[in-house]
Amino acid sequence: MHIAVIIRLVPHTDSELEISDDGTDIDREWIDTKLNEFDDHALEEAILLKEIVGARVTALAVDTEGADRLLQTAIARGADEAHKISMPADVALCSRTMTLPVAAAVQKLGAELVLTGVQTPHDIYGQLAPYLGGALDWPQASAVSGIGADNDGILVQQELSGGVSTTLRLALPAVVGVQTASQPIRYVAGSKLRQAMSAEIGTLDTGAEPLEIGVKPTGLIASTAAGDVEMLNGGADAVAAKIHALLSERGLLRGERQ
Amino acid sequence: MSDILVYAEIRNGALQCDTLELLTAAQRLADVTGGKVEALCAHADPDVVLRDLAAADRVLTVKHPSLGNYVPEAHLAVLEEVVAQRNPAAVLFSYNTAGLDLAPALALRSSRPLVAYCSGMDCQTPEVEAESHIYSGKLRSTSKVALPAVFTVMPGAFPEAPSNAERTPETELLSPPEKLESLRSRFVCENAPPADAFDLTLADKIVCVGRGVGDKNGFEELKELAGMLDAEIAGSRPVIDQGWLPKERQVGKSGCKVKPKLYFAMGISGAPEHLEGMQGAELIIAVNSDAAAPIFGVAHYGANCDLFDLLPDLVERLRVGDVN
Repeated sequence: MHIAVIIRLVPHTDSELEISDDGTDIDREWIDTKLNEFDDHALEEAILLKEIVGARVTALAVDTEGADRLLQTAIARGADEAHKISMPADVALCSRTMTLPVAAAVQKLGAELVLTGVQTPHDIYGQLAPYLGGALDWPQASAVSGIGADNDGILVQQELSGGVSTTLRLALPAVVGVQTASQPIRYVAGSKLRQAMSAEIGTLDTGAEPLEIGVKPTGLIASTAAGDVEMLNGGADAVAAKIHALLSERGLLRGERQ
Repeated sequence: MSDILVYAEIRNGALQCDTLELLTAAQRLADVTGGKVEALCAHADPDVVLRDLAAADRVLTVKHPSLGNYVPEAHLAVLEEVVAQRNPAAVLFSYNTAGLDLAPALALRSSRPLVAYCSGMDCQTPEVEAESHIYSGKLRSTSKVALPAVFTVMPGAFPEAPSNAERTPETELLSPPEKLESLRSRFVCENAPPADAFDLTLADKIVCVGRGVGDKNGFEELKELAGMLDAEIAGSRPVIDQGWLPKERQVGKSGCKVKPKLYFAMGISGAPEHLEGMQGAELIIAVNSDAAAPIFGVAHYGANCDLFDLLPDLVERLRVGDVN
């Protein structure tokens, strides 16, 4: 089995997000980026499959700043090879626009299973896994939290709501949008990371045209607190006292019943 | 091309509430486009939910054994054919697992644009201005899209349309697509928690731990707080992914929806997927050092102090009572 795992750098949402001058995007000049957390799980699941069924894993990332380091980390985690996919910088920012170049890269590699994160923080025009499934005409499933494999294809656990999941069987080739890996993401030793820094990263130029978005962004602003939150100010001791008083007033302390 | 198509979701023989919210959104769009609201009901036995779809002008049913349990490939095949035949102005999905699977794939295969995570839609034919919350709910985006288009709508963004009304909608039985005879994927089984499993939805008090807890040591300190309150400990998705708590203690979209008397949100930023599972709690107290965290949009009381400066004081006060 040859697995292509698509990993993406996304803005760090813990840092302050500033709005661009035209008011329709974030200011990307100084923004911190990190590996999309769901892609992190997709990479882990690919490596787990490699360990269980002997799959070959190719990590793919769009060719933007930071892609080499990202892919070298994937090699350190256990990927067998890694390639950047050439595309214009604006195309690389959006799961919809990058779909056809990524699909062409997957076909060029001859991969049979594509794993990527179920979503990114900015997938306003749709998510990559179902777009790839649609473009390749392969069966796909999103919100997956575990993958097994046998001679007939793969078995995926798809998360529904309320703690319920279903098990689906997908014949290969297939695309999976991973929500959570079967196991917590592994720690990678610094020595392995240093070793991977010399790994060769290839470049795939597919020549595929981006999909049109067809949507015009008109504004982007910070979400305001729509509720009536009352902030408890002061130091930790003062806040603790206020919370204790709140709980006491409402009969919510230990042993109290309303 | 003026009708609005709603993808109706059935699970275990019942219509999902999200579908009723979509019907409200669809009616508002149809009021402007001048079209009908059509609900697509693809199932092995679609008739079981017809009465619940009374708010639709017309229910399109597709009946086939392969549609009994949700399989993305099967439902996409139906949608592709229905959209190609009827050319609706808009197709609406709820932002859930099926919406994630189907909306982008349908958008691509029917050459339509897609706007995701919609929390509002204002139709001014031939365009819709949509509002979406992105970047973990921290930013609100607005965008304009010309119809025809596909939308995924956030649960809770619109009120539920009435169901079980006296009026029975017009129904039209459509032929199942040929693709259903050669599917490459199939349903194997449903994995529900065992009947005697721990049920977080019954808890009166919940201390829910988020990514802000940092590491396992921080998590242990919050377990002590839960113990001091006789509260159940729960986690947001990142905490469950770490394996610190079992899945049945997850709050949010793919976990439990809870409505306790007390909900302590500790180190939780408040991504829309989490808010969906807890915003009905009677008293929400949120502690997060990020003053812009979306959790404060639903909390009743909030604090920006460092969680681990607060915890020793709070636990001690709970242990001995308010000494002041």
